[in-house]
Amino acid sequence: MATVERKTGGGIGEAVLRKEDRKFVTGEGRYVDDLRLPGMLHAVFVRSPFGHARITGIDTAAAEALPGVHRVLTHATLPAETGVLCASNPPGSDVRQPEQPLLARDEVRYVGEPVAIVIADDRYLARDGADLVHVDYDPLPVVCDAEAALADGAPLVHSEYPDNAAATLFHETDGFAEALAGAARTVELRVVNQRVTPMPMETRGCIGDWQQSTGEVTLHTSTQVAHFVRTFISFVCGTSEAKVRVVTPDVGGGFGAKLNTYREEFAVCSASRVLGVPVKWIEDRSENAVATIHGRDQIQYYTAGVDESGRIVALKLEAFQNNGAYHQLLTPTISHLTVFMVPGCYDIQNISIRMRQAFTNTTPTDAYRGAGRPEATHGIERLMDAIADDLGLDAAEVRRVNFIKPEQFPYSSSTGLVYDSGDYDTTLDEALRLADYAGFAARRAASEANGRYRGIGLSTYVEVCGLAPSAVTAAIGVGAPGWEHSTVRLHPTGKATVITGTSPHGQGHATSWSQIVQTELGVPFEDVEVIHGDTAFQPYGLGTYGSRSLAVGGVALYRSLGKVREKAREIAANLLECSVDDLEWTGSSWQVKGSPDRAKTIQELAGAAWAASSMPEGVEPVLEATTFHDPPNFTFPFGTHVCEVEIDPDTGRVEIVNYTAVDDCGNVINPMIVDGQVHGGIIQGLGQALYEETVYGEDGQMLTPTLVEYLVPSAADVPPMTLARTTTPSPSNPMGVKGIGEAGTIAASAAIVNAAVDALSGLGVRHLEMPMQPARIWNVIQEATS
Amino acid sequence: MGQTITVTVNGTAHTAEVDPRTLLVHFLREQLTLTGTHIGCDTSTCGCCTVHLDGEPVLSCSVLAVQADGCAVRTVEGLAEGGELHPIQQAFHENHGLQCGFCTPGMMMTGLGVIEQNPNAADEEIREALEGNLCRCTGYQNIVAAVRSAADQMARS
Repeated sequence: MATVERKTGGGIGEAVLRKEDRKFVTGEGRYVDDLRLPGMLHAVFVRSPFGHARITGIDTAAAEALPGVHRVLTHATLPAETGVLCASNPPGSDVRQPEQPLLARDEVRYVGEPVAIVIADDRYLARDGADLVHVDYDPLPVVCDAEAALADGAPLVHSEYPDNAAATLFHETDGFAEALAGAARTVELRVVNQRVTPMPMETRGCIGDWQQSTGEVTLHTSTQVAHFVRTFISFVCGTSEAKVRVVTPDVGGGFGAKLNTYREEFAVCSASRVLGVPVKWIEDRSENAVATIHGRDQIQYYTAGVDESGRIVALKLEAFQNNGAYHQLLTPTISHLTVFMVPGCYDIQNISIRMRQAFTNTTPTDAYRGAGRPEATHGIERLMDAIADDLGLDAAEVRRVNFIKPEQFPYSSSTGLVYDSGDYDTTLDEALRLADYAGFAARRAASEANGRYRGIGLSTYVEVCGLAPSAVTAAIGVGAPGWEHSTVRLHPTGKATVITGTSPHGQGHATSWSQIVQTELGVPFEDVEVIHGDTAFQPYGLGTYGSRSLAVGGVALYRSLGKVREKAREIAANLLECSVDDLEWTGSSWQVKGSPDRAKTIQELAGAAWAASSMPEGVEPVLEATTFHDPPNFTFPFGTHVCEVEIDPDTGRVEIVNYTAVDDCGNVINPMIVDGQVHGGIIQGLGQALYEETVYGEDGQMLTPTLVEYLVPSAADVPPMTLARTTTPSPSNPMGVKGIGEAGTIAASAAIVNAAVDALSGLGVRHLEMPMQPARIWNVIQEATS
Repeated sequence: MGQTITVTVNGTAHTAEVDPRTLLVHFLREQLTLTGTHIGCDTSTCGCCTVHLDGEPVLSCSVLAVQADGCAVRTVEGLAEGGELHPIQQAFHENHGLQCGFCTPGMMMTGLGVIEQNPNAADEEIREALEGNLCRCTGYQNIVAAVRSAADQMARS
């Protein structure tokens, strides 16, 4: 793919440099910890050091006697109407919703569960105070593994639930059992998708500011979903939603960690209410490791019935999802997304899936980049290689015989989705060509001559994005819709303000949205300002997650721009004394067809609409339009990633020597930003494949609580990547866009593991679990060769 | 209790009283309100808080403010001059070397240190030199390109 020339402004499809950048490279970004309010105090949470324990006493006297400490609040003294709320109740799942109080009442159920909040003049003093809070605990038995938790006799996380079952999802097509029984062969595979932690470089943090006289509360918080937070503050803190304002400052990464509503956000609001001054809390990194949601943690047992060509005639998945100790905003829905995507990009008509969700003595899991879909993709892509291995077939060919074909779209999957569009063979062909798949044997031979194992691995993926049609979110028990809002406002001077319900935290919406405005309305890129993440400005916004911002929020913007353009047309016709049918749109003005001298620019029309002195009958002043866009369907980006590795037998290190990604996310607004999303996504998938794992000891202790133990890849740990794209527009929206935020993460881990398994296949290795850290691989090699 | 220190930050001398346990990063952020230097961890692992202390990149979370007494500190706020971006800033912009921007100040300060110590560093050497600075957004490809580009630009000027 030719490098696209980068420029400082432009419209749809151009690699426009970001207008966000200047504040960030000069240090003028304003993240939540950069804000200070008059009279502001600082909070530190006292957290459970035990995975499970009964609280028998809390003594706050010594802490409260410390100069500089203002208050220590516990469950007994922190006002709250209710605990943290979960918005996910999958129908038919028997989902259980344990109470999750803001501060533990009489029992703690994971290391890091908050027990008390210390408020002091500064964070050093608050930390000193926290060290002086004495909590008496009676430790209780713990269970941290989902399968173990669901076994008979397991310690109970919640004594009221005698089996630790959190929810069970079951889906089976008619005739499944017969189809499996009739298969020529069966291939079985157990896959562990280990627990990982999102680890945005900015931890969470917030400032609660409760105004005593009016009851108005403002929360400045590092979030992806300001409006959810606002609505939930009204429930949890017991106040009118209309009195709550949530302001999102610059957000230093989210990856799903900030697609949530957390105890701390409510607690600082309540603490501010009690103390009468603003209260700030900034999460430490080691606190982030235990207090912010984790991702994945799913164990899968696949059984595939296949014919001799490798075609899957029936597929069964028995899976265990570790939900953690409580349900956060969407916990039970995450593995529901896995269920939807179990068949991947393959035409598998007979399917049976049981997803057993368990409570354990661990931090709750929830959405981490990909959210349920990486689990599905990793599993099915490992299974494809296992089938190829079992039948002695080429991994690419097994995928081809199973692919959904271009003529089958729109395609109704056996899990109830309708895939919008796709051309899986083309991305596979292109990826194999770019990666020189055909020349791999020679490279392997060269590596072997140097005493190194070389392997190549594929991941052909499809993801469900553009969350979500509101009727679907309701049908799957998510207590929130999936539409998105936009407002376009033209000022008297012709400049534009876009208010968007999306909530960027690195994705560059101000740039991409400005490009859309330039193309669709003719207002230059540099004349557009984009406002997001402040509930005072927006009617409502659902936020940024699930690769939805462009496919839902961008389309909402596109539709508002169309409304403004059509209103401007009526005003132009009036000013030019002609019929609207006599006018044509030039890209930036309405002109009488064939008469360039009889035209009004969008800026002139914005001024005229504001002046309102010569408006057509029945047309209101001002060029402004609002859209709430509810998508008719999801979007389904897809692609092929190819990874090539070398493994050093002496160290067990898996070195990626070549990584090629061919993605298809439909039409592209800004190819530079899309490439950036793919780069970052791949490296998060690589992190899971090679380095990252959130580990609990048998006693429930977190063994990876800092970035020393939890290995986020550095520049020295990752390879350069080769990217390319095909373009298959989505028919589900007028822009033909799909979404790209999660593709890299969804695709990468399987490509890397498949390459490593391939590298060691000559030793008889058939499967490797993640993360493939050197010690694990070295041990595998030792076992295989001894 | 307090200890009086004088630190020259971005060319301006600041004399202030600090609690001896105050970290340099908190002195910069909270006493001098230079909030461009960020805190991303508590184990000296992430590199977000990197500043230059007497010309050397250091983690300002691992230096006490009192240790910087009499020293010169350069932060991200001291890179641009007269409204003109420093080549490292311009290169991060032009190469899409940032997304959320949180690691960016520390990444640029380390990158600048690399260039000053080894103007002809190969990409592999740049990657090794950036090992102490974590970024969760970009996958580093464009960061490496940005440092490479800034090195080339600075060599030309």
